[in-house]
Amino acid sequence: MNTKKIQILSVVFFLALCSCTRAEKENTSELTLPDNTPKGQASVVDNESDKNILQVAIGSSDHSTLVAAVQAAEIEHVLVNAGPLTVFAPVNQAFADLPEGTVSNLLKPENKQQLANILTLHAAPGSYNKEALIKSAERGRKLYMATGDYLEIRVTGEDVYVGGAKVIATVPTSNGIINVVDRVILPPGS
Amino acid sequence: MKTKIKFIASGILLVTIMAVLGCTTQNNGSGALSSNVAERAYVAPGEHDEFYAFVSGGFSGQLSVYGLPSGRLFRVIPVFSVDAEKAYGFNEETKPMLETTFGFIPWDDSHHPDISQTNGEIDGRWVFINANNTPRIARISLETFETEEIIEIPNSAGNHSSSFVTENTEYVVAGTRFSVPVPQQDISIDEYKSNFKGAISFIGIDQESGRMNLDFQILMPGFNYDLAHPGRGKSHGWMFFSTYNTEEANTLLEVNASQNDKDFIAAINWKKAEEYIQQGRFREMETAYAHNVYDESTHMATSTIKRTVKVLDPAELPGLVYFLPTPKSPHGCDVDPTGEYIIGSGKLSAALTAHSFTKMLDAIENERFDGEAYGVPILNYDDVVAGVVEQAGLGPLHTEFDTEGNGYTTFFISSEVVKWKVGTWEVVDRKPTYYSVGHLMIPGGNSRKPFGKYLLAMNKITKDRYLPTGPELTQSAQLYDISGEKMELILDFPTVGEPHYAAGAPADLIAPRSKKFYELDDNNHPYSIKNESEARVERDGNVVHIYMSTIRSHFAPDNIEGIKVGDRVYFHVTNLEQDFDVPHGISMIGANTSELLIMPGQTETFVWEPKKVGVWPFYCTDFCSALHQEMQGYVRVSPRNSDIELSWSLDGE
Repeated sequence: MNTKKIQILSVVFFLALCSCTRAEKENTSELTLPDNTPKGQASVVDNESDKNILQVAIGSSDHSTLVAAVQAAEIEHVLVNAGPLTVFAPVNQAFADLPEGTVSNLLKPENKQQLANILTLHAAPGSYNKEALIKSAERGRKLYMATGDYLEIRVTGEDVYVGGAKVIATVPTSNGIINVVDRVILPPGS
Repeated sequence: MKTKIKFIASGILLVTIMAVLGCTTQNNGSGALSSNVAERAYVAPGEHDEFYAFVSGGFSGQLSVYGLPSGRLFRVIPVFSVDAEKAYGFNEETKPMLETTFGFIPWDDSHHPDISQTNGEIDGRWVFINANNTPRIARISLETFETEEIIEIPNSAGNHSSSFVTENTEYVVAGTRFSVPVPQQDISIDEYKSNFKGAISFIGIDQESGRMNLDFQILMPGFNYDLAHPGRGKSHGWMFFSTYNTEEANTLLEVNASQNDKDFIAAINWKKAEEYIQQGRFREMETAYAHNVYDESTHMATSTIKRTVKVLDPAELPGLVYFLPTPKSPHGCDVDPTGEYIIGSGKLSAALTAHSFTKMLDAIENERFDGEAYGVPILNYDDVVAGVVEQAGLGPLHTEFDTEGNGYTTFFISSEVVKWKVGTWEVVDRKPTYYSVGHLMIPGGNSRKPFGKYLLAMNKITKDRYLPTGPELTQSAQLYDISGEKMELILDFPTVGEPHYAAGAPADLIAPRSKKFYELDDNNHPYSIKNESEARVERDGNVVHIYMSTIRSHFAPDNIEGIKVGDRVYFHVTNLEQDFDVPHGISMIGANTSELLIMPGQTETFVWEPKKVGVWPFYCTDFCSALHQEMQGYVRVSPRNSDIELSWSLDGE
């Protein structure tokens, strides 16, 4: 028995270990780790709590375009977040009133970010029902939107307009307020 | 030199063979997965555990909720100790929970959680747990995971052989560890013998509400009553208690209570006790004990003092109690899933003793007694013993069971879990614990239907097992996979306080019934408000009541003036949210109490006694929402003689 033999044995040992490791690796790779990406707050099953903004919107047949847009922009999780959030929710007709092709264009995957920006302009941090909007207008406050823009609140008689869109109805939700509006709010200056 | 080389070479050869063999073994059978312990304890992010484990906190006085097999800590349920995090014992609503006949007690030592049963199987309705020091039993709802009720146990001291439930949760038993004068009196400690008694309490459980009632007590001889377990199946109707200090020593027990070769397991026929109660053969004894109930509808606890207890004297009531001689200060007293075997773990013995229920009944029927102790018949050891697990280890403490007819016993001194066969009494496996294991828990292991997949061993000492944290080290729990012939240690996790004992249940027994929030409409708290328009402040002399609400992300009212130094200000705060997992908190600068942590639909109250003139803020202490940092308010405090009028507002209105 000499040093060379020891070396050979060592190599054998090393190879044995390697093959062992490889075998383990192969087996480990068969393990499918759960894909967490689709799992978020929007997928929480909860039929007992008061409905959140997304759940209310999904339940409204007048907002199917908005819901489709939210899904295309993949911002559902924002609408189920703890908030509080005020969403100005344009009815289907409001989207239909946009120049022809606008909506279908925005729904294209490559325009996802642009769509998300437009939708985010419809959300304000905080809880503002119609009364709170009137109060803000009376005190000369502008409405700070989630995009960082400030929108003007205008009161005409009993009507309230935010960014030019008229509030048709206010719906309280578990994580904020939905103000149904008659038109899509476009970025200031556009 | 040559020898040395040869030695090295054969060493390498050996290691190579072992490596290859090990490798082969891994790839055979059920593959690499089965040998990868980490994966067996791994619960991926977002996935749920298979079992709940309710692990007592020992000297923390609380009950911790873990998931198995991950060992993740979900919640610490405050039971016998105040908990500033949850305002338990700090807010006005829960202070009565910790009232006793000794006054308010902020701490205790919680030991033996036990889950309610139906037909001998755990049912996941409630978990009961005992306070050792100032004897009490608590009931915790497994819908709300809150302590709903605490009953003090009179005539008891060191409430250790508690809180074990019978097969249909007819009773929770509470046995005294220390015998004491009953009733308490001013006598010399030397008068221990014959003057001291050991009270065993049977607490009846209302099957609808879970409410506890101290139905009766059995006044036993002045031994120490250590642990207990119910009969099940054929032995349903009996309860078994281990005893030590049958020497009745009252000093240096470590020597004086170890003199007798055998102590007893006391077999109590509680169905017989019920007959005697019905026949009126009890004594109504005057005493005093607190009964504290938390009402989910008012979100408030009340404490009442009860004054009498029915007591039974076994010396006068034949057939009520028998003593089964059991070697050497038995600690654990465990009953196998069939109800036939009662295992006594003589903690100073190397062997386990298994008594046979059938043989016990036979000996009783034929009146084969070996004398009596204080009027209680003693059976012959040889007449009742079914088998002995010989030389199993050192310092046996506790036994639980699987579904395959195996018992698992912990050994404190030899720090190990030993698996043995019920019936043949042979040892089939042993695994070390790290270190000095006390109890062990198999989910459902103390019922007719154990879930024999995991075993949790709870250790008192960890020494070098974790990163050190100064002189005080965490205690630990260790999880073994017992699904195979041999036990395998798969996880080791630190615990809250002393993990004294635990109860486990499959997640699907409990999780679907877990409450999400409290219905605001059902809130009957006298100071609750149902919407912001009801928010107000009322003064009655120097007492001020603030009816406050919270909703993302503000308090109503949030500006209050007209409070004076010397006032006693009650903040009654209702969380108007009706949404899962949206609590709000509140605390006030200088308040001599904890925060409140208010669940959706709930009302809680804290008291603030302003001492300094000024304008003082309060804020939401639970990160509730994106505008959590905006959730705050001010109270103006004026001098005692000020005539500033009381006023309150939110956004100027």
